[in-house]
Amino acid sequence: MAAIAFEEVSKRFGTVTVLDRLDLRIEEGEFFTFVGPSGCGKSTTLTLIAGLERPSAGTIRFDGQPVNHLAPRDRDVAMVFQSYALYPHMSVAENIGFPLKLRGTSGRDIETAVAEVAARLGIEALLARRPRELSGGQRQRVALGRALVRRPRVFLLDEPLSNLDARLRLEMRAELKRLHGEYGITTVYVTHDQEEAMALSDRVAVLNAGRIEQCGPPLDVYRDPANLFVAGFVGSPPINVLDARHFRGLAPPADVPASGVVVGLRPADVRVATEARPLALAGDVQLAEPTGDALWVVGRIDGQQIIGRGQLTDAPVPGTTAYFEYEPERLYLFERATGRRVP
Amino acid sequence: MRRAGTYLGVLLVAAYCLAPLAWQLVTSLRPPAELTTLPPLLPTQLTFEHYAAVFAGHPFGRMLLNSFIVAGGATLIALAFGSAAAFALTKMRARGFGLILAIVLATSMFPPIATVSPLYLLINGLGLRDTLAALILTYASFALPLAVWVLTNFLRQLPDELYAAARVDGCTPRQALVRVILPLAGPGLAATGLLVFIVAWNEFLYALTFTATERSRTVPVGIALFPGLHEVPWGEIAAASLIVTLPVFVLVLLFQRRIVEGLTAGAVKG
Repeated sequence: MAAIAFEEVSKRFGTVTVLDRLDLRIEEGEFFTFVGPSGCGKSTTLTLIAGLERPSAGTIRFDGQPVNHLAPRDRDVAMVFQSYALYPHMSVAENIGFPLKLRGTSGRDIETAVAEVAARLGIEALLARRPRELSGGQRQRVALGRALVRRPRVFLLDEPLSNLDARLRLEMRAELKRLHGEYGITTVYVTHDQEEAMALSDRVAVLNAGRIEQCGPPLDVYRDPANLFVAGFVGSPPINVLDARHFRGLAPPADVPASGVVVGLRPADVRVATEARPLALAGDVQLAEPTGDALWVVGRIDGQQIIGRGQLTDAPVPGTTAYFEYEPERLYLFERATGRRVP
Repeated sequence: MRRAGTYLGVLLVAAYCLAPLAWQLVTSLRPPAELTTLPPLLPTQLTFEHYAAVFAGHPFGRMLLNSFIVAGGATLIALAFGSAAAFALTKMRARGFGLILAIVLATSMFPPIATVSPLYLLINGLGLRDTLAALILTYASFALPLAVWVLTNFLRQLPDELYAAARVDGCTPRQALVRVILPLAGPGLAATGLLVFIVAWNEFLYALTFTATERSRTVPVGIALFPGLHEVPWGEIAAASLIVTLPVFVLVLLFQRRIVEGLTAGAVKG
């Protein structure tokens, strides 16, 4: 187990800056997630920790020791890849035992360790098979087994769930959380799925274009977004962004003109009614989407989209007018020009 | 109708390619008296005396062995260096990828006749004249560009994440090559190896120049030296040619599928 520190770490490929002076500390035993849209630099961050790439500038430390110069094999990290990257010519047992074999572990010890990990992952019955004979979920478990078998200092996961179907994804998500609890290994997780990040992590870092927009416990990031990007990325359905002029009595700070701010309002904080309410915006209903336990109503106010939670028993009909009710303390203000949160 | 046209085309191509071989076969089985009859139709009686004469009158067994050693050795060397080079180019992201490949290709553009004299001097200077090593080294060096190109194309199809996984699991680059990449490169290695083997097996010019005695003489040179002072033994030449074709024929049959896999890797998504 190790604490990981980034000090002014940059990574450039040619003229493209993928990571820009990253400063960050990941605590020992923490489940830490990088989340962001594709191309934000989150996978590159993992390859830097693994040692598959070297930083263009800055220092990466494990427990205070710089590791910049160390090859992957000398860092004692394990990684699960998006494609799993199982060795097609080896059986499941050989795949899981491969890292131990490279370290010169005896055949008997490898067998014991593989059996133990396989039992924990529930894949004892598959040990003799080849990867191509496995389902997606089974491959995922083998890849996890190969990473966990040597109890690495750092455990890296690069979008490990994105190739699974929705149900399996939920199952593996719970499994990952359980494994992290059992092994307690410092885990760095990369995903573009904010829901996954929220559900799994002790802390998340929202990355955008090579910079950390915000870093903190998932709920803090959700409740207290630092800027419009974070507010828009975290939460589903995404936050509504509306002009301030729709909201009566809204008072932005004195130094910012009302036209200079936009209002963010989470769909979960908007109740939709078919009759007028005192603190509600009237909008034209475009769409009503029932998701089983909720009903998302998509409306339009002066050409701007708003989504709110409707009543299944009182579903507004598209084409009619509905009232999107909000609570003033749940509004977020952002500077229109910079996206920065206005207190 | 269309299908008939296809078959006709296949038939024509096959006939075009196989006719000389058929002629050789008929000639090798024909009694000496009928050897020069035209057109080369079926012989009136079959004889195996030419085959016997090939082994009795010449050190043909020795030449076959030489050919095997030379072609096999050149193939192994070309595969070893070719796969290492292709691995470095594709997976270790060597700088100047395109330039290196272009230079590798350029070296194979020299016509053999232009290089044979300097190479002769070199081989002589190294004291390798009339040795199998001279041919092995020469063939391997000429086969390397082909090997590098075919294997580069093949290794490029293997996912980069496999190499990344191998490194994270604890492989040095060499271990990753030997334990992960090469076992998966079977079709590419088979295709490349076969191509190199055939080129080395059939090579004539260097073999003629660098060898002096039957100690190191290979089959193509040996056959060319069959003609005596007064006569050309067409029957024996035909028999020897067929014998020397056989190993290649068998190899191609054995590896046919893998060759096609290896040569067309990446052409269509598998």
